[in-house]
Amino acid sequence: MSPQATVPAAGSPEAPLLELRGVSVSFDGFWALNDLNLRLAPGELRAVIGPNGAGKTTFLDVITGKLRPTRGDVLFQGRSLVGTAEHRIVRLGIGRKFQTPRVYQNLTPRRNLELAVSRRSSPFDLLFGRLDSTARDRVQHLLGVVGLEPHANHRAGGLSHGQKQWLEIAMLVAQDPQLLLVDEPVAGLTDEETERTADLLKQLAGEHTVLVIEHDMEFIRDLQAPVTVLHEGHVLCEGSMDQVQVDPRVIEVYLGSEAEGEFR
Amino acid sequence: MADLFSSRTLRRALPWVVIVLLALLLPAVLPPFRLNLLGRFLSLGIVALGVDLIWGFTGMLSLGQGIFFSLGGYALGMYLSLNSLEPGQLPEFFSLYGVQSLPAFWRPFGSPLFTLFALWVIPALVAGVLGYLVFRNRIKGVYFSILTQAALLVFFNFFNGQQKLINGTNGLKTDTARIFGELVGSDGMQRNLFLLTVVLAVGAFLLCRWLTSGRFGDALIAIRDDEPRMRFTGYNPTAYKTLVFAVAGALAGVSGALYTVQSGIVSPQFMAVPFSIEMVIWVAVGGRGTLIGAVLGAVLINYAKSLVSEALPETWLFIQGGLFLLVVTALPDGLVGWWRSGGPGRIQAMVGWPPVAATYPELDLDPAVQAEKAELEGGAR
Amino acid sequence: MTALLDTLFNGLAIGSVLMLAALGLAVVFGLMGVINMAHGELMMLGAYTTFVVQNLFKTGPLQGLFPAYILLAIPAAFLVSGLAGLLLEKTVIRRLYGRPLETLLATWGVSLILQQFVRSVSTAFALGLVAAVVLALLAPRFTPQAWWQQRWTPLLSFGRWLAAAAVGIALASGLGNVRALDQPWFSARNIDVTAPQWLRGSIDLAGVNMPTGRLFIIALTALALVAVNWFLQKSAWGIRIRAVTQNRPMSSCLGIPTETVDALTFLVGSGLAGVAGVAVTLLGSVGPNLGGNYIVDCFMVVVLGGVGKLLGTVVAALGIGILSYVIGSGSLLLVWPAMPVGLNELVTFFATTSMAKVLVFALIVVFLQFRPAGLFPQKGRMVEA
Repeated sequence: MSPQATVPAAGSPEAPLLELRGVSVSFDGFWALNDLNLRLAPGELRAVIGPNGAGKTTFLDVITGKLRPTRGDVLFQGRSLVGTAEHRIVRLGIGRKFQTPRVYQNLTPRRNLELAVSRRSSPFDLLFGRLDSTARDRVQHLLGVVGLEPHANHRAGGLSHGQKQWLEIAMLVAQDPQLLLVDEPVAGLTDEETERTADLLKQLAGEHTVLVIEHDMEFIRDLQAPVTVLHEGHVLCEGSMDQVQVDPRVIEVYLGSEAEGEFR
Repeated sequence: MADLFSSRTLRRALPWVVIVLLALLLPAVLPPFRLNLLGRFLSLGIVALGVDLIWGFTGMLSLGQGIFFSLGGYALGMYLSLNSLEPGQLPEFFSLYGVQSLPAFWRPFGSPLFTLFALWVIPALVAGVLGYLVFRNRIKGVYFSILTQAALLVFFNFFNGQQKLINGTNGLKTDTARIFGELVGSDGMQRNLFLLTVVLAVGAFLLCRWLTSGRFGDALIAIRDDEPRMRFTGYNPTAYKTLVFAVAGALAGVSGALYTVQSGIVSPQFMAVPFSIEMVIWVAVGGRGTLIGAVLGAVLINYAKSLVSEALPETWLFIQGGLFLLVVTALPDGLVGWWRSGGPGRIQAMVGWPPVAATYPELDLDPAVQAEKAELEGGAR
Repeated sequence: MTALLDTLFNGLAIGSVLMLAALGLAVVFGLMGVINMAHGELMMLGAYTTFVVQNLFKTGPLQGLFPAYILLAIPAAFLVSGLAGLLLEKTVIRRLYGRPLETLLATWGVSLILQQFVRSVSTAFALGLVAAVVLALLAPRFTPQAWWQQRWTPLLSFGRWLAAAAVGIALASGLGNVRALDQPWFSARNIDVTAPQWLRGSIDLAGVNMPTGRLFIIALTALALVAVNWFLQKSAWGIRIRAVTQNRPMSSCLGIPTETVDALTFLVGSGLAGVAGVAVTLLGSVGPNLGGNYIVDCFMVVVLGGVGKLLGTVVAALGIGILSYVIGSGSLLLVWPAMPVGLNELVTFFATTSMAKVLVFALIVVFLQFRPAGLFPQKGRMVEA
């Protein structure tokens, strides 16, 4: 299957899971995103790259409701997300992994996962409801998948950097979102951990739609996913890694900026 | 000696044993005056539990708990003022200001049942509304603290300025009021109130433990440690914070009511700015994030305050100020936190009687290992 | 017209005291993010400094210069409060950077200590205090060096403070037997600062009676504002301060001594509190509790104005001042005597200083519902990060 084939052409009959229509974000006159258009098909794995300041993190902030777009619209399953509170967007099925691992340091990995796996989120549900056995099994299963069983009942703050990354990914999976937004998942990981992370994301891509933002080009190549290049808040081009790599515009953007060595 | 401290069960159980023993023994041993003081301090322990709930567990430092404390106190004070009247009479102070008929908001407080609910529901509602308005806008950290302090000042000025409605700066006296036909200030009634306070304090403690031990408690800690992350786990922190702030308000109300009947008066001084900050320091000294620490801190500090104020009144502010500094810089987890993380063992080691070590002594006494051990113990709850 | 001018003047007078008091806080809180609950007590120190300076000029060779003492009191108060603030920063606040709630509690503790200090301080007390501090600091010099490398050294270094405190208290109470040494310098009573003659009159302008004391405060506030603005915008150190505010690690990398900048910022902010203290003495008698009357108001000014913006502080202080006066004096009734009955009662209900505060604070809380970051929020993606 050629990666190119999975990028739906504009106006394709298949309804996109996520669609950004002309999204622009202005910070005091500086346009962090500028007329950004993007469509993600269900089940797709997509990588987003771009030089520093291309607006990658702002892009995620807009999707997850942390920022309100100045102009344009974000549609998830055909429904506009603009103005929806962050936690509701999460409950609609969009999960986000942050750049630096953010787990609850003072809770154990098990309790971290128990919070994430919970289907119900109101205070009263947490007070009076118990986790059902399927949810508990799921927590146990995920602990096994990410190899944290031996640490399950110790403070998460004591885990290593890599273990925290994995715990966070496990929390994301526990939420069972339809769309996973993953921000630089392999920053600070060893080569082996990077490889395992790539495998994990590829596994997830079938059931879930995954959007990965990463700097690490080797990792993106490992993913074998279609690539979207962002530049100055705008989509510069889309295509497979090999196509993108030879695109003269991309080369100019990367070589023209500070990230010379980054793009081989 | 060494085994005493290394036995974890005992270390955990000891505060409980102390509290139960005190509750049973003290009414028999103490003269009424001291017993009454202890009852007051114990009721302050209930407001401290609320402070611990919102600050120690959820990370919101409220400097305005005096509002809810006073609302509870005033609710009961108003009932007692009305309860000891002949039909058709008005509480005495009204005549001083030329008020002829009872203000409308006083009327429901003639009912004991209404008052019984009002003294915690009203503070909880006020806290809930106030909290919701603040949390909705994601005002947190020191801004929250400042706003609660401003709110406290608003309530203080209001109660202080309204002679015609609530007797202004003089407050409402409860000592000479009657309840069940007996004077509230009488020794017998005060002993009953002491026992009631003990029961309610234990009840409040158990309530807080229930709130903090399960997944709800986990959610509170998660909000304290990383609130934005909590949103991306699909939770709405505003709901949790509002609820927990309202619970703390209700606890403050109960506490204020108990304190009022045991000290004989409720006045706007309950809403003085320093008093509400003191509540925080009780929790800080006792050990924030540990419920027993909140109660112990409230009782110990207030007892120390009354002792010092009797002997050397002018030194109390120095001591209190010093406590603020000490606990923030040297004892961030308070006395209970220090005790639980093996503090006594460290002192023992310093003076040359190290506790019996489970492994190699050198290894066991290594600060890095100790820190790790403390971490493990903290995580294994 | 006269009523309007009168309202404006009185509102401006109230607002300028508030602004002067909040200016230092805006520097410390707005630029450094430090919550200094002892800010009010630093004002109190400024007020007491004014009292001391005034006493110096009352008798002796300086008597002839009495009308000008206040001009000396201003720099003196700036210095005393500034140095006290510097000491506070070096000893307490520095350990607590990045922990705002702890800073809040610690500085509250300091404020309690300062309050009791001015109540209690007598010559005997001061000598005892100095002896205790000197003893504790010098203890390591006069004891065998080996003591300070033992495993019980932490106990010793804590114990020396206890021991020093005990010696200090013993000394103070011993000296206290001497009547002359036991006399408290200020005592717990309020003190009255006699303003020079030229600040006690008033001038009539366009039918409005303007006390010269109030005019002086307005002028002083304007001067302080201009000076602070110049300092932050134009002076080399001011630019460094702003650089550190915007990006601490980057400034540090560029060779800006961030610790010195912190200390300097704190000194300036605290010094401004001292100047505000001078102004407060012109309004009436002052006491050890002076700080408590201002601290919450000051924070409200800074929060309402928007943290980090001097302009916000100015607008917020004047706004609160004028609003408080309009509501508190019930002057709306004078302007519009034919008010409907219901509204009339409402205005009368809030027409006291303390009830005006109730309404103004409530309005601020309502306002913050719509503009949580204040009047002049800082924009950009760094704000919530």
